[in-house]
Amino acid sequence: MTTIESYESKTRSGVGVSAQRPDAVPKATGEFPFSSDLSSHNMLWGQTLRSPHPSARIKNIDISEALSISGVHAILTANDVPGKNLFGLEHPDQPVLADDLIRYAGEPIALVAAEHPEIAANAINAIHVTFEELSPLIDAESAITADPIHPEGNVIRHLKIDYGDPSTTGDLVIEGTYEVGMQDQAFMGTESGMAVPSPDGSVDLYISTQWLHSDQNQIIEALDLPEDMVRLTLAGVGGAFGGREDVSMHVHLCMLALHTGRPVKMVYDRNESFLGHVHRHPAKIWYRHHATKDGHIVKVEGKIILDGGAYASTTSAVLANACCFSTGPYRVSSAQIEGWGVRTNNPPCGAMRGFGNVQTCFAIEAQMDKVASALGIDPVDLRLINALEQGDTIITGQKITGVAPVKEVISSLAGHPMPGPPENNLLARPGGTGRTTDQKHIKRGVGFAVSIKNLMFAEGFDDSSEALCQVDDGNVAIHTACVEVGQGFITLVHQIAEEVLGTSDITVIPADTSIGSAGSTSASRQTWMSGGAVLKACEAVVEKLIEQIFEDEGVKYENLDGNLVSEDGTKAIPIAEALKGRSFHEKVVHRHAPTFPLNNKGQGDAHVSFAFAAHRAVVDVDQELGLVRVIEIATSQDVGRILNPLQAVGQIEGGITQGLGLAVLEELVMKNGVIQNANFTDYLLPTALDTPPIEIAALIEEPEPGAPFGAKGIGEPPTISSTPAVVAAIRDATGVDLRRVPVRPEDIALE
Amino acid sequence: MPNEKQSLLSVNGETLTIDDAWLGESLLYTLRERLGLYGSKNACEQGECGSCSIMLDETLVCACLVLTGSAADKDIKTIESLAPEGSLSTIQQAFVDTGAIQCGFCTPGLLITIKDFLDENTNPTDLEIREAISGNLCRCTGYGRIVEAVRIASKTHDETEGGY
Repeated sequence: MTTIESYESKTRSGVGVSAQRPDAVPKATGEFPFSSDLSSHNMLWGQTLRSPHPSARIKNIDISEALSISGVHAILTANDVPGKNLFGLEHPDQPVLADDLIRYAGEPIALVAAEHPEIAANAINAIHVTFEELSPLIDAESAITADPIHPEGNVIRHLKIDYGDPSTTGDLVIEGTYEVGMQDQAFMGTESGMAVPSPDGSVDLYISTQWLHSDQNQIIEALDLPEDMVRLTLAGVGGAFGGREDVSMHVHLCMLALHTGRPVKMVYDRNESFLGHVHRHPAKIWYRHHATKDGHIVKVEGKIILDGGAYASTTSAVLANACCFSTGPYRVSSAQIEGWGVRTNNPPCGAMRGFGNVQTCFAIEAQMDKVASALGIDPVDLRLINALEQGDTIITGQKITGVAPVKEVISSLAGHPMPGPPENNLLARPGGTGRTTDQKHIKRGVGFAVSIKNLMFAEGFDDSSEALCQVDDGNVAIHTACVEVGQGFITLVHQIAEEVLGTSDITVIPADTSIGSAGSTSASRQTWMSGGAVLKACEAVVEKLIEQIFEDEGVKYENLDGNLVSEDGTKAIPIAEALKGRSFHEKVVHRHAPTFPLNNKGQGDAHVSFAFAAHRAVVDVDQELGLVRVIEIATSQDVGRILNPLQAVGQIEGGITQGLGLAVLEELVMKNGVIQNANFTDYLLPTALDTPPIEIAALIEEPEPGAPFGAKGIGEPPTISSTPAVVAAIRDATGVDLRRVPVRPEDIALE
Repeated sequence: MPNEKQSLLSVNGETLTIDDAWLGESLLYTLRERLGLYGSKNACEQGECGSCSIMLDETLVCACLVLTGSAADKDIKTIESLAPEGSLSTIQQAFVDTGAIQCGFCTPGLLITIKDFLDENTNPTDLEIREAISGNLCRCTGYGRIVEAVRIASKTHDETEGGY
């Protein structure tokens, strides 16, 4: 008999260790199949004709010339949409193909399937659309009262939060207006996929996405097919960051495949990718902070306008986040916040990492620095004075019942050593080798910022994930519809299953719609939701195993840390051993604690859990040319518990880099409703030279009640307060009151 | 001898006869969609992201910017040639070990770039590493683990013989 002790010494890769990604090797060899790598015998190529105008009426579409091109197999327009010509993530308000009105530049009008992408491109050019151009509505603030551009009106959501006594006053009043430009997810693998029709009129769609079941629900409405006739399988995803939460080419691919009876592949080029997915909402934010002389923020007044673009997408939920967390990770006694998410003829905006919290955090943290400066208090001390704690109430009236180590996050970061002087190397200076200034003209600045992020879906949404743990003669397989976008959930499935079942021999069945929804890979939710579902499914197998052994042997066993121990303590057997020769099929649906809608005063327990992070940026600035080099970003983050340290570092470094991008590089520049820089030449992503070393001062591990293994989601917080920290550092270096991100060279040099 | 009309491509040590119709395509399209070598990635097809990096006669290029016709009779090496099947090169192993791979879309292009870099500079500083990979965009990692992988690979190389 093997004893418990000998099994405890077995090397395991359960939770808490840096287990290797199971998909790392195929990704390193180039063998991993991404959605753009799909290929099929007899395959056609699909392409999309999009509107060049942000607002127009379609007078006529002439497809005759395009149809006559040899090698063209289908040209489809709105008339060919079999079901409802509407889709949408939260509710259907967007045409699959425009039938009358064009509401944004880039809106799809017609589809082509052809033998070769070049033939498809020729056919796209040969479709003649007659437009009546209309004057686009491009200003979000005027959209509130302007003539509606959509039957549902221009105000997608208007939200007021009225908390505490509005007559509260402080000794100091600080007012400011801030703007956030339109950031893009800019994932590396563009939208791509393949639809394969079946003779029975059903279709299989292989697609890169964030939420298979939401896609499926929207596709079946547009195709007018039952659920079992539209089957989705996840294809390899080249990053997501929110930009794949909405349907893009999904319905189009299915329409083309069903129409031609042949597999159809589509790959957006980079330009079309910028037109083909939602972006981060541009924001205009006004704040008035009221503080006492000793540094307590007593009241915050705020107005927030988010430009949702032409269609709703997730604007409503993004606005809720922006408003609910509009006072930051700070305790206030009174708040009057009013927010609008509006429609314009700008490109649709929706989910991007940080989801509403990014926009307000930039403004809040600028306000906090101004309060600190006016009161002569150190900015870090001001944040410590006001930091939320467990048991505090946020401005929606919700009490924080989980852990809230805000002070620990701030203090651990503030105490972290500062970086040394700049390297004596041209490449290390602002502007790199293109620099024109000398070291003596470069000024250094330091900035500090703190953030709060809600984890998982909110406001009463029935948020769930289903997982199957299947054991066949001792062989374990796990199935969920959880989408792996690169974050490493697939590693956690192995780690969680091994933690419970004690075997590293686990098969992860590819995500598809043959199992129940896992919800979206967004909102920092999959470790908690699908990780929780996998944990429960594995635990259900152990329970069934114990029952089976009792039926077989009449002996009651108990699960003690991966080993089954008999009631009398004389027998012990590792779970992995006991599973041999047995079969189980345990499917569970995991839900988090319920949330509730906000009432007409913006009050309610709308959120599940909160995560906190702090960032400190050090920058060198060439003020003459307005060039910034970020020297270092350091961080502390509230993580609950780390399940895979290496993957946690990866999320933090990657998230911070996207925050740096919004601070100084990334913006979709709009001109009269049309994106001016839909390419990687002009939309500037941080390169390795723009990105500094990232220092992790502390990861605060206080297990979160209700979370599997106590682990909080960690994907979004790095992106939120990194942006204001960088901008605060630039203000510190230059003395310029920067109120807009991204900070452009002219914002610094021309002030 | 091939007849005059036949065009040849030399890919990963193998000489292939190709259809004349492919000569006007981008080399990236020919590699991926004609030859099934999907390891070279198509992230921007504008020469900005480096995800389709390959070696053309020992010069690092973006396959998306090369006309297939102009690559005829030149020596093409793609990610698929980096290590014999079933094994990993030093730099591939370092990527796997250090967590340099998340979504993995930029990985093949980075590996080609880094191999070319380390073949020239066996003991790089961090700043040199960052400069060398600054033509390869990665949206997931923030480059920290990638820089670490290059550091480790350069050290591993000192103790072993052969390439990266």
